[in-house]
Amino acid sequence: MEQKEEQLSTRHLLGIKGLKKSDLELILRTAENFKEIINRPIKKVPSLRDVTVANMFFENSTRTRLSFELAEKRLSADIVNFSASGSSVSKGETLIDTANNILAMKVDIIVMRHSAPGAAVFLAGQLKNYPKSAHAQIINAGDGTHEHPTQALLDAFSIREKLGSLEGKKVVIVGDIMHSRVALSNIFSLQMLGAEVMVCGPTTLIPKYVSSLGLKVEHNLRKALEWCDVANMLRIQLERQSLKYFPTLREYSMQYGLDKKLLDSLSKKIVVMHPGPINRGVEITSDVADSEHSIILDQVENGVAVRMAILYLLAGKS
Amino acid sequence: MIFLIIFDKSFPMENKVLLDSELFTITINRLCYQLIENHTSFDQTVLIGVQPRGIYLSERIHQRLSEITGSKNIQHGILDITFHRDDFRRRDELPVASATEIDFVIENKNVILVDDVLYTGRTIRAALDAILAFGRPRGVELLVLIDRKFSRELPVQADYVGTSVDAITGQKVKVKWKAQDGVDEVILYTPSLNIK
Repeated sequence: MEQKEEQLSTRHLLGIKGLKKSDLELILRTAENFKEIINRPIKKVPSLRDVTVANMFFENSTRTRLSFELAEKRLSADIVNFSASGSSVSKGETLIDTANNILAMKVDIIVMRHSAPGAAVFLAGQLKNYPKSAHAQIINAGDGTHEHPTQALLDAFSIREKLGSLEGKKVVIVGDIMHSRVALSNIFSLQMLGAEVMVCGPTTLIPKYVSSLGLKVEHNLRKALEWCDVANMLRIQLERQSLKYFPTLREYSMQYGLDKKLLDSLSKKIVVMHPGPINRGVEITSDVADSEHSIILDQVENGVAVRMAILYLLAGKS
Repeated sequence: MIFLIIFDKSFPMENKVLLDSELFTITINRLCYQLIENHTSFDQTVLIGVQPRGIYLSERIHQRLSEITGSKNIQHGILDITFHRDDFRRRDELPVASATEIDFVIENKNVILVDDVLYTGRTIRAALDAILAFGRPRGVELLVLIDRKFSRELPVQADYVGTSVDAITGQKVKVKWKAQDGVDEVILYTPSLNIK
């Protein structure tokens, strides 16, 4: 009995930037195995029996949190959940103290969502200074406007599943690029896996740094859609916008919203994605979200498999 | 580690052929007839090869059984046991998972697990665990091409054995397959010098 051996180059998953192409490929390949497992009558394997995971959500979440929780449970990990509301964070406890206290209860992996960009990197760096917490591994489940690596990986997995490969595929990311951690992580992962990436949105929502990332920029949605194989429609992140970036939601929707009429008028069939939560009628209309073009619910299903792969591969590194 | 690799190259292992290609074919045939003797019909009996290398044996057995019985409906699946291993987080390198393909119901069926070499018994322990995720079989039997005696770490015995070998730790049994390795052959490698 001989088995090939391979592992990730990192102990934490803090962002797509910093990973190698081989890491992404290993995660996507392992996720295929887990996708088969979650379609079995008994969707559970015993791999993480002796691992405890804390889900620390300092910011609201439905999909990511449920998806991580299911992934952990299907790997037989023990889990504890923490959300900022109703915790001692409201009494003024710092992030590092909260983390150290949770880790003192013998937790192995922390899955963290936080509204501050760089929170996961900060925590991973700080924990080295605390001998009792140094063993912990951090998974970034979204840090402010910075990165959301597991979303990018499940998006890559879903595109690969639908189109066979990412090599040479054209992907346009539409909408609020400036405030979207999904956009940034997707840009890194898609480029690393060989796809061509374009961003599309109003000038005010396209950050200046995009020119340094080797991206195509387009301000006309129709032109962008005619170019692409896949359109990833992002949500307008009103909660992160302190300024007005466009006059009204209605105007945004008329310029950058995807409706069935526009989709049907294109010369080719494209794949439509959305990381959720959808604002129906703003970035895409209901008939597009529920159409055969849309792989939105496949993305959600694949999210569990991809997160299982990440947890499994990281736990194997400890 | 580097020392060992250099050592290996400068002092090649001694090889002993346990099964040559002729004996290999005879053994596969015998195993098939033993299966037929015990099961008569394969309506309620399924073959499951254990990844990664048990699948070659199960494919061969499946092919030969189909020829002998003339039946085209003998069900055959492959099972990956990576996520059921008992050494996860206890070794430096992480084993890479392979595919599992069982697209039939195993509930109440007789399952014949197939692997090339039975060594410590830990793979089979994991396979028994993994197979239960697909339902409750009526019974499970084990078929192996090579039974390495004296190395068992768990109480596992095979029901059908191609050949047994008295191999000790340090020796290596390698099953080669025509399709993958160019020849049907089983070889026992023995280090010619004691590395300790």
